[in-house]
Amino acid sequence: MGDQPAIVAEGLSKRFGQVRAVDGIDFEQPAGSVLGMLGPNGAGKTTTVRILTTLLAPDAGRARVAGLDVVKQAADVRRLIGLSGQYAAVDPYLTGRENLAMIGRLYGLGRPAARRRAGELLERFDLAKAADRMARTYSGGMRRRLDVAASLVARPPVLFMDEPTTGLDPHGRITLWQLLGELADHGTSLLLTTQYMEEAERLADSIVVVDRGRVIASGTPRELKTRVGGDRLELQTLPGGDPRPLAQALAGLGTGRPVVDIRAGRVVLPVSDGPELLAELARRLARTGLRVADLALRRPSLEDVFLALTGQPGAGAAHAATDDKDPAAGAGSSEPATGRTP
Amino acid sequence: MSAVLADTTGQAAAPGSALANTATITARNLRRLARVPTLMALATIQPILLVILFTYGIGGAVHVPGITHYIDYLLPGVFVLAIGFGASQTGVAVAEDLATGMIDRFRSLPIASASVLAGRVAADAVRNLFVVGLMIAAGSAIGFRFHAGPAAALAAVTLSVTAGIAFSWLNLLLGIVVRDAESAGLAGLFPVIILTFTSSALVPVATMPGWLQAFANVNPITVMVGALRALCLGGPTARPVAEALAWIAGLLLVTIPAAASRYRHATSA
Repeated sequence: MGDQPAIVAEGLSKRFGQVRAVDGIDFEQPAGSVLGMLGPNGAGKTTTVRILTTLLAPDAGRARVAGLDVVKQAADVRRLIGLSGQYAAVDPYLTGRENLAMIGRLYGLGRPAARRRAGELLERFDLAKAADRMARTYSGGMRRRLDVAASLVARPPVLFMDEPTTGLDPHGRITLWQLLGELADHGTSLLLTTQYMEEAERLADSIVVVDRGRVIASGTPRELKTRVGGDRLELQTLPGGDPRPLAQALAGLGTGRPVVDIRAGRVVLPVSDGPELLAELARRLARTGLRVADLALRRPSLEDVFLALTGQPGAGAAHAATDDKDPAAGAGSSEPATGRTP
Repeated sequence: MSAVLADTTGQAAAPGSALANTATITARNLRRLARVPTLMALATIQPILLVILFTYGIGGAVHVPGITHYIDYLLPGVFVLAIGFGASQTGVAVAEDLATGMIDRFRSLPIASASVLAGRVAADAVRNLFVVGLMIAAGSAIGFRFHAGPAAALAAVTLSVTAGIAFSWLNLLLGIVVRDAESAGLAGLFPVIILTFTSSALVPVATMPGWLQAFANVNPITVMVGALRALCLGGPTARPVAEALAWIAGLLLVTIPAAASRYRHATSA
């Protein structure tokens, strides 16, 4: 591999009938990094993954994986990649161990080596106890872990994961994130498609935002957020309180004028250095005797990024909107999308 | 610990041989066969039922010139019928593998694409050998006998399994083209039902109306059953067996390249 980029896509296009599923996708992923491909349903993420994993031939454009052309050197590309598709592709009537051993055998491992490798992965993926049960008895999370394990049998340097946490419960999602994080730490290049902003933020070194078959933005999570605007300080009055005195107290503190939402009892202040400001804010509140029910420093979420780039909410919008109605929810660790500051 | 997950030395996986890969896929399909209750029933109860139902259900009404026991006439026909019915499961299985992403997984591996299909066909052949053996046992219990000696009997079993290989490839093609498991099952059963009842499999062609006889005489099932009957009951075998092999070869020549080429472009929806 050396310093070769893990993936280079140039002008990739694929149409199905009249539908341009992928319409000129370009991006480059450095070796050893995690790239999050973010987009709503039908954006062309899965088609892109299928082209990169040699399952589909592009109509136009080129792509190289680990330096190899995915069309002309498809057979060589397959030796260097692992794929975990949208569905947990495991045979329900084989046991976990048999599933992994089968993949190992197909990779050319001898029978004992394939079984040994299967055992290692089952142990690592917390499936050892269920190893000799048929996969049809597994929970969704276990099946997904087995599927991810199957994609790692040959220790591929480049790994593709197409919406790996879709359908998992929160616990299963967090477990998988930890595993994927460890993989990345060990130098595997990972391309991850997702509809979840939180997932891309948490795992990816860089993100490409895809919509209607095109890359509409790319950069690090931080860069993308910067494009949408800086941090915001949000203050919530006590129930029934008037936010206007609060806004007056904040004058000159942020990078812009505080925005007051009287009905919601809320003041939003654009800021550049939130944490520094908090001390001064506390002094002003103490001096004026104003009290607040909630105080939060918000960074724009990728949901905001998506809204800003496409004018449409991404798939995660529904959750964000729910959070938005309940200011108290903002105290949690997640970063709910609030309406953009005007 | 890190070595379990990833190996950054970047050593490429060495693909196994096509033969070894085919054997791995064959083992997978045989395991499924043994563990999926409906598949097991189709491989055991159905062939026995076909033998018994046709023998006692319509056997009394069918009089074949020169045949004392209808079971002697019937069994070669039921070999082909049971294998044809069973082969429809192959189309179902490949459509399911497409839907669940198994085909995507296999196609992303460094293996010859044909080994996934060949592994299915090989497992079917093992199954068919078992099914034919079961039908011979059931038939023998109710009066069936081979009349042309053990070599011809062995040839009859071999020809049945060979015909089954052609049916399997046909159903693989159907499954990949149709993509939907239930439709693939029907698409596989339809030609078998139509061709069986317009052939000499169950009744002599001479009992059919003239217009149907013309079709029945060139029907590939008539040709294959004719060859099997010659091997089971005696009489000239060279010509009917050659005709049957020609049909099988023709079917394979069309279905193998078509199925393999379709497979190479198949992905789940």
